[in-house]
Amino acid sequence: MKAPPFAYVRAASLADVFPLWRAAGPEAKLLAGGQTLLASLAFRLSDPGTLIDIARVAELRGISQVGDAIRVGALTTHAELGASEMIRQHVPLVAEAVPLIAHPAIRNRGTIGGSLAFADPAAELPACCVALEAAIIARSASGERRIPAAQFFTGLYATALAEHELIAAIEFPAAKPAERGVILELARRCGDYAMAGVAARAQINGGALADPRLVFFGVGESPVLAKAAMAAIAGKPPTPETIAAAQAALATDLDPPADLHGSPAMKRHLARVLLARALIRMTGTQEARAA
Amino acid sequence: MSSDIDISLTVNGERVSRRVEARRHLIDFLRLDLGLMGSHTGCEHGVCGACTVRVDGNIVRGCLVLAAALDGATVETIEGVSDTGEIRDLQEAFVARNACQCGYCTPGMLLTAAALLKSNAQPTREEIREYLSGNYCRCTGYHAIVDAVETVARQRSGKAGA
Repeated sequence: MKAPPFAYVRAASLADVFPLWRAAGPEAKLLAGGQTLLASLAFRLSDPGTLIDIARVAELRGISQVGDAIRVGALTTHAELGASEMIRQHVPLVAEAVPLIAHPAIRNRGTIGGSLAFADPAAELPACCVALEAAIIARSASGERRIPAAQFFTGLYATALAEHELIAAIEFPAAKPAERGVILELARRCGDYAMAGVAARAQINGGALADPRLVFFGVGESPVLAKAAMAAIAGKPPTPETIAAAQAALATDLDPPADLHGSPAMKRHLARVLLARALIRMTGTQEARAA
Repeated sequence: MSSDIDISLTVNGERVSRRVEARRHLIDFLRLDLGLMGSHTGCEHGVCGACTVRVDGNIVRGCLVLAAALDGATVETIEGVSDTGEIRDLQEAFVARNACQCGYCTPGMLLTAAALLKSNAQPTREEIREYLSGNYCRCTGYHAIVDAVETVARQRSGKAGA
């Protein structure tokens, strides 16, 4: 299918973007990697009138260390995330997520900023951002503000971004020495959107899971922080009893809607299975984690 | 702001300049404006991989890239990489293993397989399947395709080791 007709304008710098955006009218959209936007235009799900291409805005690129945080420019592609030594070392959960995202040809163009702004409930990077307590650096004509990832995803394909505000970067706290992260998902084919998934992080302290964060995706309208399950495992080793208690607690954390990939009961079951695997992997040896 | 955009880019080593409609995706540009019919239009929403081409050295979905965005870019299609001989061994293996079948997915499969072998010289069958999982073969003859890619990986590493 073909996209509806639209006008196209390329922004050369960040300062360029906001006047162009304002002039282009309320329906106009920003084009970054385009891996979701251009597909949705082909389906004629939206008719933006104008696309403002931000892909060449240099200020939105690059991965750098800023104090104890790793700052990732919004235009960083999934492939660049996967190839970055800094990400592998300091934000290993994100490095582990990259192979789960779509396919190589899409990872070469799709961007982290685009993924977060689109806020698909089954996407991996939004869940990673919530699990790692990342900050979304939002930018508008009037300046910059930081939005904690846990407050950024406000509903189905909805975010805390205001009108004419974009994502400039994402700041991930660098992983502490005892920190372990794991991301697991179940999809019918690799590269497909997950039927259910979990991004988890904890500090491993003598085999116990301190300060755990468990975020499920594909099971709600946005990434779901499983607070009851987190409370059930906090400070404990993942014994069969602890795992069972955390799995039981998921009943209050999750209220998955039915979708094309499964019923609520099936998604609850998959979430319990993923939770057990994630807890064991986080405390396991390297060999067990690789298995 | 305009619906018609002037672009200048390099396609298969040749400089081309055209005025394109903003909504024109790269595959329609290659096929309809430049007459390069080797890249195929499949689903046109990024799922099937039949339109896989290279932009600035990396494989992309041609249907998910606007031609208007490619001013200054370098594009390579199956015609270009066939002419340079870069993937001749892959093409020969596809023929020998009858991996072409109807041929519709073949250009995309070849470019994706070439990208795999560049990043991973000795992939397992499982890794080949995973890397090619974004390229659909509606003849469903995936075994022959995996066989062909595996054969070339072995040939190349055999040569490198010799």
